Amino acid sequence: MSSGFPWVTVIGAIPLAGVVAIMALPKSRELQARGIALVASLVAFAASVGMAIDYKTHGSRFQFTQDYNWIKAFGAHYAVGVDGIALALILMTTVLAPVCVLASWHDADPDPAEVAYAERGDALHARGPRLFFALFLATETLVVGVFGSLDVFFFYVLFEAMLIPMYFLIGSFGGARRSYASVKFLLYSLAGGLLMLVAVIGLYVVSVHQLGHGTFDYRVLTAPGALHMSHGEQIALFLGFFIAFAIKAPLWPFHTWLPDAASEAPTGTAVLLVGVLDKVGTFGFLRYCLPLFPYASRTLAPYVLGLCVMGILYGALLAIGQKDLKRLVAYSSVSHFGFIALGVFAFTTQGGSGATLYMVNHGFSTGALFLVVGFLASRRGSRFVDDFGGVAKVAPWLGAMILLAGLSALSLPGLSTFVSEFLVLVGTFTVHRWFAMLATFGIVLAAVYALWMVQRTIHGPVVPAVEGFKDLSLRESWVIAPVMIAIVGLGIYPKPLLDAITPAVQQTNSVVRSHDPTPSVPEQSRTNPAPAEVAINGGTVFRSAK
Amino acid sequence: MTSTTHYVAATGVFHLTFLLVLLPTVGAAVLLLGGRRTNPWGHLLGCAMPILSFVIGVIEFVALIGRDGGQSRQLDQHLWSWVPAGSFHANVNLLLDPLSLVFVLLITGVGSLIHVYSVGYMEHDPDRRRFFGELNLFVAAMLLLVLADNYLVLYVGWEGVGLASYLLIGFWSHKPSAAVAAKKAFLVNRVGDVGLSLAIMLMFTTFGTFAFDGIFNGAASGHAHSGTMTAIGLLLLLGACGKSAQAPLQSWLLDAMEGPTPVSALIHAATMVTAGVYLVARSAAIYDVAPHARVAVEVVGAVTLVMGAIIGCAYDDIKKVLAASTMSQIGYMMLAVGIGPGAYAIGILHLLTHGFFKANMFLSAGSVMHGNNDEVNMRRYGGLRKVMPVTFACFSFGYLAIIGMIPFSGFFSKDKIIEAALDKGGFEGGFLGTIAIVGAGLTAFYMTRLMAMTFFGVKRWPKDVHPHDAPRVMLIPMAILAFGSLVAGYLLILGGSLQHFLTPAVGGSVEVGAHTISPVVLSLITLAVVAGGVTSAWYLVARKPIPAEPPTYVTPATKAARASLYGDAFNEGVFMRPGAYLTRALVFFDNRGVDGLVNGLAALVGGTSARFRRLQTGFVRSYALSMLAGALALTATLVLVRVG
Repeated sequence: MSSGFPWVTVIGAIPLAGVVAIMALPKSRELQARGIALVASLVAFAASVGMAIDYKTHGSRFQFTQDYNWIKAFGAHYAVGVDGIALALILMTTVLAPVCVLASWHDADPDPAEVAYAERGDALHARGPRLFFALFLATETLVVGVFGSLDVFFFYVLFEAMLIPMYFLIGSFGGARRSYASVKFLLYSLAGGLLMLVAVIGLYVVSVHQLGHGTFDYRVLTAPGALHMSHGEQIALFLGFFIAFAIKAPLWPFHTWLPDAASEAPTGTAVLLVGVLDKVGTFGFLRYCLPLFPYASRTLAPYVLGLCVMGILYGALLAIGQKDLKRLVAYSSVSHFGFIALGVFAFTTQGGSGATLYMVNHGFSTGALFLVVGFLASRRGSRFVDDFGGVAKVAPWLGAMILLAGLSALSLPGLSTFVSEFLVLVGTFTVHRWFAMLATFGIVLAAVYALWMVQRTIHGPVVPAVEGFKDLSLRESWVIAPVMIAIVGLGIYPKPLLDAITPAVQQTNSVVRSHDPTPSVPEQSRTNPAPAEVAINGGTVFRSAK
Repeated sequence: MTSTTHYVAATGVFHLTFLLVLLPTVGAAVLLLGGRRTNPWGHLLGCAMPILSFVIGVIEFVALIGRDGGQSRQLDQHLWSWVPAGSFHANVNLLLDPLSLVFVLLITGVGSLIHVYSVGYMEHDPDRRRFFGELNLFVAAMLLLVLADNYLVLYVGWEGVGLASYLLIGFWSHKPSAAVAAKKAFLVNRVGDVGLSLAIMLMFTTFGTFAFDGIFNGAASGHAHSGTMTAIGLLLLLGACGKSAQAPLQSWLLDAMEGPTPVSALIHAATMVTAGVYLVARSAAIYDVAPHARVAVEVVGAVTLVMGAIIGCAYDDIKKVLAASTMSQIGYMMLAVGIGPGAYAIGILHLLTHGFFKANMFLSAGSVMHGNNDEVNMRRYGGLRKVMPVTFACFSFGYLAIIGMIPFSGFFSKDKIIEAALDKGGFEGGFLGTIAIVGAGLTAFYMTRLMAMTFFGVKRWPKDVHPHDAPRVMLIPMAILAFGSLVAGYLLILGGSLQHFLTPAVGGSVEVGAHTISPVVLSLITLAVVAGGVTSAWYLVARKPIPAEPPTYVTPATKAARASLYGDAFNEGVFMRPGAYLTRALVFFDNRGVDGLVNGLAALVGGTSARFRRLQTGFVRSYALSMLAGALALTATLVLVRVG
């Protein structure tokens, strides 16, 4: 059963085909894995552009749907399709994938020492470009599936499966502490996954009891009035999903795995992890927590918002305190994830649309940051901010990119991140004034860490180790250019994305039974102020009685 | 005084409005992205863009004058729909009205002159092309700021000028002091941005829009709670304080003098720092119904005008004296726009005259530095009037204008501010008026001190320095601005011309029944105070030889002034040092506390830490096994549930 062209399946299958092709490569041509990965990810990007063009902004909620029985025994389906939110995130994923492939170009090149081992028949030869890029493409397929899934069970399986390639990408190809970082990542994620598993089963039980037949069909489960869960049930199941997503996203205080994982991961993997994979968490809030458990969402929202604000300020302060550039970027993301979740749990159109746009923009923004830090680290062999200085003088283009990435991180108006951050803040402000005000102070802290990073790396006197820096290579230019174009382009013209996102957000919020507050001053007075009875008496304006 | 704000769609020649912003944007893009290829002609393109914008501005000015007064002089050009999200519509629209047009002419006019001047000033700088690119970027952003028809687009321009300012203060970023100053300027402005952001959010919550017309009409309707309007006014003021270097966010402007001098002239004197005044004047409809917020504007203006003047008396760095003077003069403007109806136009008048004479003085100071191997310490100048006569003449015009000498431009604008303050009557009027008069005396003092130390007395420059006038490409812009310093004030008040012109945007003049003091008497009093300032500076500074090093045994007052009235010390003690401690503590807490706790829990759940270690070592098999176990458990549970 399908409607429209099966775009989701096609986009998901393309990287998978790449995996197969890479697996088939003989050892002697292992470096061709890079080319295959690049082509596969570019074709997937082209396909997602096709999907975006085919998508009807005012069409039905889920488009390009396919629905086939998968495990009949308990009603699990292979069900996929996209709404505006999923569309935006799949687009972001497929833009970043080729960028990451190109950024990782030499990350898995065989190390001469390891080649020597391999010739002696040592098992270490598994580490190599074939494994790396196969894992990479597999991750892309899984992420597309997670965003495109319309079946809760299918979603859960992909959500857990994502861990495996990422675990090996960090654990096998990462930095010096990769083993610690990858295990920490795995344990946190597994813990969250287990809680979600319990909640998924719980949801199934509820559906068995209430519908007479068990189902994981997202559209059935979220249909108005389909399920009547008691408040206790809602809150328990909500928490199962929420904690899993809060670990993935990650929200304060579930964040401590992120700085380790992101800083140990090679550049391309870090972009994939923080820019794309972690969005599954915030996407999950919006897609699953709100519509499945509206009562629990409403009830617990103030606490969640509190965590978000805490995370925004805490993450930014921690970013200020870092000496390792990659950890700085990771902590800045903790702050940004706080903003995203804030927008989701404000239950307003501006908050939700802003949060979704933020997920996309953060992918590019944090991607840009990890990429430029990667460029710096590959030149200097160090990620520590103290080892740099005066880069702008020696390598002006690299300096300019670092500056632009920093400005994007501090949400400079005119760049894409401003649009989404401001929407989130406005959307929160209309309903929770104090949370929004506290969060707004995050913009000062963001400027502190971003400019601190810029100043300490590219400005100041040229330190000796930096003197030999080359400016951006051709490959690096191709890596950073698409990201920067997205950051600037979506800042000037975010309308197409917002037009696609907003209907889905409004529908989600309507399930939570939340309406945007109306302005306190009636609309007609905006075009025609009542002139006669304006009460300006001794300097005091009285609210006129209606 | 309540009238409906209604913007008509731009027609005819007003369709060109977008070009005002686009041209310098293109200039910036070409120069910043074009790389070394554009080096040979970069500065020419850089000059051409603001000049073309100026020409369009003049054409539109003539066309606007040709239209009948009132609302048909407020033209709105729709460009594109920017951020649509439910009831939230932000459009990129440009509003051409008398207020924005006055700014367009100031920005592009003075801006073009300063671009031309920079051709000479930056001639030997290897990065001259980048300089022009960033200067173009500034002009584009500033034009967007004043042409926006809603607060969100205004915010983009607002931050754009902040970015340009950041880039240009840090233009010589290999100097740590420049890099630090640039960052400081941006950060202090960010604090102001919190105010502006919150103001916009509050406007949206209250009025459901952030377009000027909707908000102004909504404010005038009287439906909004007065507390809300006061809050909006105060939040806007916070933003204005950041951008315009008003107390308590004044501390960045002195450091901003690390930038090349043309930057100080254009951005940190004539245009960008006046954006706060623009913001308040533009929001006149809000302040009209928020009298408490207006008092706050007045107080900020009054405090800063005195503060700036006091600081200006103590510095030996010629650019810092001028920077302090800028703070002080913007304080006057703030005071004027705070006084409100009728005085908005006076604030703008002073803004325009100040644009001329301050730009003139900065460029002349640049010429002085140019001829003195970039020396900024006035103790190493002395007697320069003989060796740089043109510079001296230009600077003198600025000097006479700023101290408010008849018939120079500053006389007309400053006098009117003092008059407006006193006319408020009562304690408030008397207090503010007195402060404004005292400020005039202090201005006369520090400016005379600057003149005496720089151009008079004996020469104190080292032997290897050979002061000379700048090349003609620099002198001509200076001369034009000097001429403006002389005549601008008179031309602008001729028949109430500026006031009348601005009426549609900021409301008409309110004729106060009787003046507190007759204007002529007041002018005489002010001139007497100014004369007192000049004389005492002459008596204290110029009579004796000036020591090469500043005297160390000075009064506490001088010490305070030299320390910028402890603004930096306050920031350091209250924000930066505690902030650093907090950050360090949190880093420790995050590593040991949160992480330690979670790791401990993990170890506890996992049984022992040995198990944790095993996961790390034999992880592949363990993980595969646990996945399998998980899948089995899942399937089993599901089957059981179904059966049950």
